Amino acid sequence: MTPYDRLLPYALVALLALVALPLVGSVPTWATLTVAGLAMGMIVFIVASGLTLVFGLMDVLNFGHGVFIAFGAFVAMSVLAPLGAWTESTSIAANLGAIGLAMLVAMAVAAALGAVFERLIVRPVYGNHLKQILITMGGMIIGEELIKVIWGPQQIPLPLPAALRGAYLVGDAAIEKYRLLAVAVGLVVFLVLLFVLERTKIGLLIRAGVQDREMVESLGYRIRRLFVGVFVVGSALAGLGGVMWGLYQQSVVPQMGAQVNILIFIVIIIGGLGSTTGCFVGALLVGLMANYTGFLAPKVALFSNILLMMAILLWRPQGLFPIARR
Amino acid sequence: MSVRSGAPLLSLEGVHTHIGAYHILHGVDLEVPAGQTTLLLGRNGAGKTTTLRTIMGLWSASEGRVRFRGEDITRLATPDIARLGIAYVPESMGIFADLTVRENLLLAARGARDADAIDAERLRWIETLFPAMRKFRDHPAGLLSGGQKQMLAVSRAIVEPRELILVDEPSKGLAPSIIRNMRDAFRELKAAGATILLVEQNFAFARELGDHVAVMEDGRIVHRGAMAALAADEALQRRLLGLSLGAHQ
Repeated sequence: MTPYDRLLPYALVALLALVALPLVGSVPTWATLTVAGLAMGMIVFIVASGLTLVFGLMDVLNFGHGVFIAFGAFVAMSVLAPLGAWTESTSIAANLGAIGLAMLVAMAVAAALGAVFERLIVRPVYGNHLKQILITMGGMIIGEELIKVIWGPQQIPLPLPAALRGAYLVGDAAIEKYRLLAVAVGLVVFLVLLFVLERTKIGLLIRAGVQDREMVESLGYRIRRLFVGVFVVGSALAGLGGVMWGLYQQSVVPQMGAQVNILIFIVIIIGGLGSTTGCFVGALLVGLMANYTGFLAPKVALFSNILLMMAILLWRPQGLFPIARR
Repeated sequence: MSVRSGAPLLSLEGVHTHIGAYHILHGVDLEVPAGQTTLLLGRNGAGKTTTLRTIMGLWSASEGRVRFRGEDITRLATPDIARLGIAYVPESMGIFADLTVRENLLLAARGARDADAIDAERLRWIETLFPAMRKFRDHPAGLLSGGQKQMLAVSRAIVEPRELILVDEPSKGLAPSIIRNMRDAFRELKAAGATILLVEQNFAFARELGDHVAVMEDGRIVHRGAMAALAADEALQRRLLGLSLGAHQ
């Protein structure tokens, strides 16, 4: 890809925001929607980043990725429940401490679950897409049922900590505090992932493995081990995304993983399977599109992202950042 | 364990390989002496690439033994075979197109944590063999020409010392000037004492590099001997390879 080809998808994000401005008609409303869209995009990116690498490295279609999201959210809810003194405190430090702890525990549980999921469900079906789709969807159903057994089938509220409720007023635009936090966390995850992928040898191996795993093995690296590592880290990130999504929705339901799954697949297809940068840009586009159309034409909100995917694939059939595969 | 020059570093004993329902190798027997260059010749579909891939464990031998330094490596996984000191340059070159030339080399240098940790003297030697590697060090490998990609593929195989280098058709599709450059590089490698197993279809190129030759047909070795003897015998070339040396000069 030329530098121009690489920059164009970023321009698409700005273009979408600019096109939406006259359609929305009010700058404050547009600003609120844009921040909401970016926040949603960042959360979807956190969730989807692991999945795109899992597909890129081993050609594994994991339709059960949503289960890590749901488990992450429910675990966070359980961690936050007894921390009322921290979450109801007006101290931002106490609030962030509570959320940070919930995130760490959720990531650890999702990572452990990912390791078991890879060993029991994914490993026996390497190289067979149909079986992968069927068995990973089955794994997600089992995960959902487990959540119902542990936490019950009902929707459970997950209120935001006190200092993160409400919004900052910038002019007439209301910018919700939690959405700013979501944007910040998403950016940190993106930058850390970029650093690991671009500046470390393990990242180099992942990028090379996505392009030609057979050659990576011929150079003496055990790619299966690398894949398990990526799967576990991807699951942990999905768990983190689950916490962010649960707090974004301010409630958790056992089916939340399945609900987000569709968005995740749209994002990784738009971005180019296996591309972290593509996943990031794709997630921002999906987040913005969902919020703008949710405001302008709520009935076509979900369809709008499928339309976006179709338009992008007509333009770039391998996604925004196609990976050069052998 | 060191292997004295001339003794077999690698040997294949009655190797059969199946790919799906197809029986490709039918009992290949081959010896690659240490410190020398062995050419594996044969027409398209004779089983040359399958032989290299079987040695690397990319396709499993269904019967027979592959030995390296006398040790049975038939059932080892590809990364473990590579870690024994065997480098492989596939016909497709296996270049990571989205990575830079330097990153491609860093991946091949298993002992180096970053580009600065690659053996500088060896890197200078490689850049002397292939000056394009210095010129395009920070360019994405996908933007290199076909010849430069092949140079990178060979550079990767020698960026760290390896006991055996397997190379699949390094002259394929290259311009004559690049082929000359490649031939000179392999001569230097030979002079440095490398053991090389080279698959080739370009007989003129093969003749200049080979100490030994094995010719394959329908998944079997049908001739083995000194390259000089085959190069001197046009009738044998015609019979085994369907060509005369004059046609390739």
